[in-house]
Amino acid sequence: MHLEFDRISRDPWTVLVLRGDLDMAGAPGLRREVAQLVAAGDNRLVLDLSAVDFIDSTGLGAVIGALRRVRSHDGDLVLVCPEPRLQRVFELCDLDRVFELHGSVATAVGAPA
Amino acid sequence: MTVEGIVELLVPARPEYLQLVRAVVGEAAAVDSNLDPERIADLRLAVSEAATNAIEAQVSSGVADRIVVRCNLAAAQIEIEVTDRGTGFDPDHVRSLPDVESPERLEYESGLGLSLMRQLADETSIETGIDGTAVRLVVRIPTAGDET
Repeated sequence: MHLEFDRISRDPWTVLVLRGDLDMAGAPGLRREVAQLVAAGDNRLVLDLSAVDFIDSTGLGAVIGALRRVRSHDGDLVLVCPEPRLQRVFELCDLDRVFELHGSVATAVGAPA
Repeated sequence: MTVEGIVELLVPARPEYLQLVRAVVGEAAAVDSNLDPERIADLRLAVSEAATNAIEAQVSSGVADRIVVRCNLAAAQIEIEVTDRGTGFDPDHVRSLPDVESPERLEYESGLGLSLMRQLADETSIETGIDGTAVRLVVRIPTAGDET
């Protein structure tokens, strides 16, 4: 298992904690988790990437897909990404202009939706 | 310590093996203590992008062969070649993505891999045709006198 998930309720947010590598092997799991959450009405999501060891462009694509899915259901998505090595991948792809990268879940859920 | 050698991996064209490719390339690169951890991380990411494209190319072409990841560890540079037997593509005509702040940008979940490889490696070259694609990535190893 390369990528594992935990769900934590921080009403009105649902925090999806990812552990492992978010790559071509892990991306389908993220898509599945987000689809299940949105189908259940949980469309305000925090993706907590604090315990993600690696992300590549396929993983970034799955995060983009997650944002599109929640927005299509009038929801929102924020990211927790305190690790500079991961932040750099967002920056290299200019996606730090799309996603605000928070240092902790507390600041993410305190941010304006 | 400087080591010269070649490490070659024959990898099943399945996403589950990407982590293994990254681990082997990262450990091979770390044998040379002159390459700092950030450059090794860059190399792991660039190789992962190349291997992901190779796996996608073979799966979409219906080719069951393994992909080849060849690491040439020289004194001055690490050269990685990732080879697949998919049907190839035109690297000069890869579609461009909408501006990142455009709402249409969210329609595109792929298309960042080549750009990432080119940013991360010191050299990137691609040879591609109907019989497959070879992506060559080079990361130079700084010598003691280098500023960076």
